[in-house]
Amino acid sequence: MFEILEKTQYSEKVFKFRVHAPQMAKKAHAGQFLMVRTDEHGERVPFTFADWNPEEGWIEFIFMVIGKTTEDLSQLQAGDSILDVTGPLGQPTEMKPGNWCVIGGGVGLAIAYPVARALVDAGNKVTVIMGARTKDLLILTEQFRELPLENLIITTDDGSEGEKGVVTAPLERLCEDHAIDQVFAVGPVPMMKFSALTCEKYDMPITASLNPIMVDGTGMCGCCRVTVGGETKFACVDGPDFDATQVDWADLAARQGSYRAEEHVALEHAHEGGCKCHS
Amino acid sequence: MPLVNGKYRANNKDPRVPANEVPAEVRAKNFEPVDTGYTTEDALEEANRCLDCKKPMCVKGCPVGIDIPTFIRQIREEDFAAGLATIRESNMLPSVCGRVCPQENQCEGNCILNRTGNDPIAIGQLERFLGDMTESVGATPVCKPANGKKVAVVGSGPSGIACAGALAREGFDVTVYEAFQTGGGVLTYGIPEFRLPKAIVKREIDGLKDLGVKFEYDAVVGRLYDGDEFFNDMGYDAMYMAVGAGLPKFLNIPGENLPGVFCANEYLTRVNLMKAMDFPVYDTPIKHGKNVVVFGGGNVAMDAARTALRLGADSVTLAYRRTEKEMPARVAELHHAKEEGVRVMELVSPLEFEAGEDGFVAKVKLERMELGEPDESGRRRPVRVEGSEFELPCDVAVTAIGTNANPFANMAADVDLNKWGYIEADEDGKTSNPKVWAGGDIVTGAATVILAMGAGKQAAASIAKTLLGDDAE
Repeated sequence: MFEILEKTQYSEKVFKFRVHAPQMAKKAHAGQFLMVRTDEHGERVPFTFADWNPEEGWIEFIFMVIGKTTEDLSQLQAGDSILDVTGPLGQPTEMKPGNWCVIGGGVGLAIAYPVARALVDAGNKVTVIMGARTKDLLILTEQFRELPLENLIITTDDGSEGEKGVVTAPLERLCEDHAIDQVFAVGPVPMMKFSALTCEKYDMPITASLNPIMVDGTGMCGCCRVTVGGETKFACVDGPDFDATQVDWADLAARQGSYRAEEHVALEHAHEGGCKCHS
Repeated sequence: MPLVNGKYRANNKDPRVPANEVPAEVRAKNFEPVDTGYTTEDALEEANRCLDCKKPMCVKGCPVGIDIPTFIRQIREEDFAAGLATIRESNMLPSVCGRVCPQENQCEGNCILNRTGNDPIAIGQLERFLGDMTESVGATPVCKPANGKKVAVVGSGPSGIACAGALAREGFDVTVYEAFQTGGGVLTYGIPEFRLPKAIVKREIDGLKDLGVKFEYDAVVGRLYDGDEFFNDMGYDAMYMAVGAGLPKFLNIPGENLPGVFCANEYLTRVNLMKAMDFPVYDTPIKHGKNVVVFGGGNVAMDAARTALRLGADSVTLAYRRTEKEMPARVAELHHAKEEGVRVMELVSPLEFEAGEDGFVAKVKLERMELGEPDESGRRRPVRVEGSEFELPCDVAVTAIGTNANPFANMAADVDLNKWGYIEADEDGKTSNPKVWAGGDIVTGAATVILAMGAGKQAAASIAKTLLGDDAE
């Protein structure tokens, strides 16, 4: 059992848990992830580390309520426990020195934040592009603003905050201006895909943190397999970061959608009182 | 007990007491046990067939050397607690091994009755009969006093469990580290409920706690801990690596990454470990195919095919490159699968998966094979038949063509690996690192539960000898 030490709510659907896990806190790196199972009936779902503190013995992860499991999690409070928390898993994000652009889209901003912060802490120049459909879906804006960034660019599809449009417009400008020499992107598949296409045009290296469905997270089932450079890779052990210009995005999007119908059933079942959290 | 002049005389000419199996048409629709086990009357009748050999061959066939004639005699004497204690001297998982060992190649294969043209004793059934009595008769083996030495066991599959149990009985302070939320390795995630109920696996593994063995779950050694920490900070004197061979192989054909194409590890883990058959009561989903095609001919392929049937498939086809004769699966498993309605398609090989309009796999293109010259394994090599392509409808595909070494093999400690990623270890389980032993599938490649257990026991003996010197005797 892993005790929740602190719960922070960023917006209607975005939360951060600080969880007591002293050994994990000693080993976590930016870009790595953990697997969570809320209770005996729960599924195993991956979350990227948002922060950790080896001295105080805790780790943090940020999640957005998008389905049954994240809804269950959101109902837990500080003092409650999560049944299983496993990690750190995956390869740490490679942090080569340089002028970075970190792109976060939607809930991917929760992963972009610790990466941007680690890059800043390592002494790099970092520009962040935050993207979301609309203003209300931007998360961690304050936290990003507190970082000593070169530049913080916000885009929304509907123009409700920052530039109207998608992240690739400012990315293209940065490439044109030679203001950056490498890119890290995390977010929805179309965002990562079009960021990769933009970078490819400028021969700009770009890494993306992929988010396929996972079951065990330790390389024994292949559920998270992705096609990179024509080869099958397991995101949980070979990634989750890959050269974004080599990723088969159609393949990833199709696999991400494998259980859309079932995800809907699970949520409905929970709302009809089938889940013990609501009884 | 059959007595002649007051002495036991075996009813060895009697046929073997048959297993109590649920009829195929009933069991193929649920996850309940296929074989409900011997009743006390069955067990006594079967035990009366044993010749009680002076030089028992059956014991030689058991990789952990259970004293088989003794526990069978104790069954005859209706001293079930003593019988269970006898088994537990050598094997902490009798309910598991009695169910899943390939006894026909081991103890029962060696039974002397085979040579007289009679059925061998149903040793597996009798072992299981006693194992399943644990709750009523108890029987925790006695441990030697604590010897002050600490051993970390990495992996809670059959090999790790066997090693941990044997070490605890020698007086070691043992902690088992397991990456999953629960113990058992392949016993829990791989072998289905209808062959091996998970409650039984849990009970037998929890039985090790009675010996003082500690368990740490959700612990991916190599990520959460490393060897230096184990030896320098946490005070371990030795480590046993039993991380298995869980990395799945793929067919490497087009369309293999389509939604609806699973490797058996994922398919079975969702159902066995995560209980996806009870979705949405449990949160993990699984695809219920109408037309399921399973690729492979081993026990894992049988388990996947029989699982698909129980999830409600209209048709389940087992596609295999060779013929039934060459299948590595146990004959009994193939027989069970066919009885339940699995269709076996021999001499075919998949070429490509194709998606339907919804983007999910909808059909598989195959070609026919014929058997050519024997290969290095001694089996005749399948050769493609030109122009023999055909298609099958397929909305769920499961590939069960084997596994490779666990990718975490040497992340926990510095040990030499061979070119396929398996740990190099000698017969005692000694690796290139003097503090690290290894055994089970991570040394041999995918093998059987009982061989992995034998390796665990052997390594425990070697660890005891190394750490305690002459005191081990």
